[in-house]
Amino acid sequence: MDFDLSEEQRLLKESVDGLLNSSYSFEARKKYGAEKGGWSRNVWGKLAEQGLLGLPFAEDDGGFGAGAVETMIVMEALGKALVLEPYLATVVIGGGFLRRGGSAEQKAAHIPGIIEGTKTFAFAQLEKNSRYDLQDVSTSAKKKGNGWVIDGEKFVVLNGEAADTLVVTARTKGGRRDAGGIGVFMVPGNARGIAKKGYPTQDGLHAADITFTGVEVGADAAIGDPDNGLPLIERVVDDARIAMCAEAVGAMDESLKSTVEYLKTRTQFGVPIGSFQVLQHRAADMFVAVEQARSMSMFATMASDFDDAKERATAVAAAKVQIGKSLKFVGQQAIQLHGGIGMTQEAKIGHYFKRLTMIENTFGDSDYHLRRVTANGGLI
Amino acid sequence: MDLSFTKEEVAFRDEVRAFFRDNVPPATRQKLQEGRHLGKQEMIDWWRILNNKGWGVSHWPKEYGGTGWSSVQHYIFNEELQMAPAPSPLAFGVSMVGPVIYTFGNEQQKKHYLPRIANVDDWWCQGFSEPGSGSDLASLKTKAERKGDKYIVNGQKTWTTLAQHADWIFCLCRTDPSAKKQSGISFILIDMKSKGITVRPIQTIDGGHEVNEVFFDDVEVPVANLVGEENKGWDYAKFLLGNERTGIARVGVSKERIRRIRELAGQVESGGKPVLEDQAFREKLAAVEIELKALELTQLRVVADENKHGKGKPNPASSVLKIKGSEIQQTTTELLMEVIGPFAAPYDEHGDDGSNEAMDWTAQIAPSYFNNRKVSIYGGSNEIQRNIITKAVLGL
Repeated sequence: MDFDLSEEQRLLKESVDGLLNSSYSFEARKKYGAEKGGWSRNVWGKLAEQGLLGLPFAEDDGGFGAGAVETMIVMEALGKALVLEPYLATVVIGGGFLRRGGSAEQKAAHIPGIIEGTKTFAFAQLEKNSRYDLQDVSTSAKKKGNGWVIDGEKFVVLNGEAADTLVVTARTKGGRRDAGGIGVFMVPGNARGIAKKGYPTQDGLHAADITFTGVEVGADAAIGDPDNGLPLIERVVDDARIAMCAEAVGAMDESLKSTVEYLKTRTQFGVPIGSFQVLQHRAADMFVAVEQARSMSMFATMASDFDDAKERATAVAAAKVQIGKSLKFVGQQAIQLHGGIGMTQEAKIGHYFKRLTMIENTFGDSDYHLRRVTANGGLI
Repeated sequence: MDLSFTKEEVAFRDEVRAFFRDNVPPATRQKLQEGRHLGKQEMIDWWRILNNKGWGVSHWPKEYGGTGWSSVQHYIFNEELQMAPAPSPLAFGVSMVGPVIYTFGNEQQKKHYLPRIANVDDWWCQGFSEPGSGSDLASLKTKAERKGDKYIVNGQKTWTTLAQHADWIFCLCRTDPSAKKQSGISFILIDMKSKGITVRPIQTIDGGHEVNEVFFDDVEVPVANLVGEENKGWDYAKFLLGNERTGIARVGVSKERIRRIRELAGQVESGGKPVLEDQAFREKLAAVEIELKALELTQLRVVADENKHGKGKPNPASSVLKIKGSEIQQTTTELLMEVIGPFAAPYDEHGDDGSNEAMDWTAQIAPSYFNNRKVSIYGGSNEIQRNIITKAVLGL
């Protein structure tokens, strides 16, 4: 029983916090967001230089062989700084598919580009009617010769416009909601037959809706078993949920800090508004919500190594419920306690609120995950 | 970071679990499961079983009969005790006055009182709150005037839990009326059989009798019963209240109650099927389970921190334990109310003082719900806890 970071982990935390403190002020973030694709290649290069893009990959693949705790540390720091760069899409999800399902050849072909910071990924999964259901897949992948032909539409693909490689879920067999017959395919972002409509998202990230029309890929495009990819998808999406829980904790932590700072400095009726008990207790409740969320983020992080898939899924779902509950309270109250200034684009706090709100609606909201917990027979 | 217990800790858990399974009297266990009160003698009987095993005052220093366990072992012990379920040791003796005596008392006091606390030869109650001094405890008025080798005590204490059973009361009394608030208070031990003490029951909304008013009318107390220094009682009281940071979450109690909710919700029907199969109910239950899991993790963070770094600096997360722990206890009793539905209504006029063996289990669901409203009030109300977070953690 130990919740402390190891010496290496503590150093990692210091180094990523240090990097972001020096290069990711709120003003700098605005500039990065205005760059092509909505994020900074320069910052991405710095993340690569510090080895952060190679953390979770095996040493044999050129990475550092770090575990879920290291990813948690990085994601929390990215959440604190409201980082726009596609770490989740590229390292956690794209890299996750390669790590957990890729062949030796696929790893050799793709992982070095991720680690060096020269290639980014995007996960094309959401469909018009799939909502949070990972096995609801209409996009088709039909066999042609040794390769595949992909047809369908994917939506809100984070980093979809800039990504060098799209990881696409597509049906090789069966009906729209069958668990079997789903494959995972790597498709070059500029492949013939791909049409992208890019746009900024509410929280300042960038996404794209992507249409695949007769997109042809080789046999080596399929990650894992093209007829039974769902377990791999569930596993990697759980990784993404765990990472987002940590990101949310970072964003909540910073929201609370900024709110407490505001309560100390904003004066009304001749006193700092933090001297009013009604506001103090609201801030205390925010603190409780952040700590409960932090506990569940840690729980989910440790659950990522559970052998039992159902136990892991239940733990991750439970964490996403707690994080959803906490982030809604912390995000909303942070705006409330900032008052009018919290409503403006120029204040940082609203941007935390927006990112937190989008996290709730990504890869399953609280209601969705609460139903998963009940379906698995509860948690206690 | 590592969630798992060591091999030794797992073995310890199994030992503790087996002991509770084999030694908690079945009638006592059942009453606790049903949320009922226990009689005086059955509590004492159980505590003596615990004390004979050497676990009666587990967290005390070894020289006074403690176990020398690690923070994790204490956590495991409490968790298993609450889930057994078995009565927790009498907090007023074991967790409150005992540690004050072995930390601030003189040798004679230690020698006399500590073994008697451990074996519950003396039942202790707590004389802190007064009618005009609840959250603002330091405004207390009960006074102890020194006359020769005696204090003459006059005043009133209230919310005195189980004073009807008590042999002794530890009191905060004002010994220096001219000093400001906190600085004129002393920590005094008073024999409940002393002339001039009157105990009057307070009936609570559940119909039960747990708390009392205690009146002091020219009660003579030997000066030898003063603990530590005169007028330093407030420091000892703060020490006492800060002593137990993790047990207060009562995670094991809530876990046991969730087990009971599942059991009863599997039996009680609604619309031709068990309540447990109702999706809305299941989601409410799952939501509490998730809150409880988060609280358990928060508690483990505090325990692991103490285990590794000692108890010196309180982990800020410990402030969460009382607030969330009490909220969850209350929510679980609400869920039991929801399970039983209209059959919560019948009231057993005999009441529940531990002697009502024939009491139907359904009759205690509503009183237990009513009674549990206290948990967000006692031990520093949840609003006081928020004040503590505000000042100690947020620095507002």
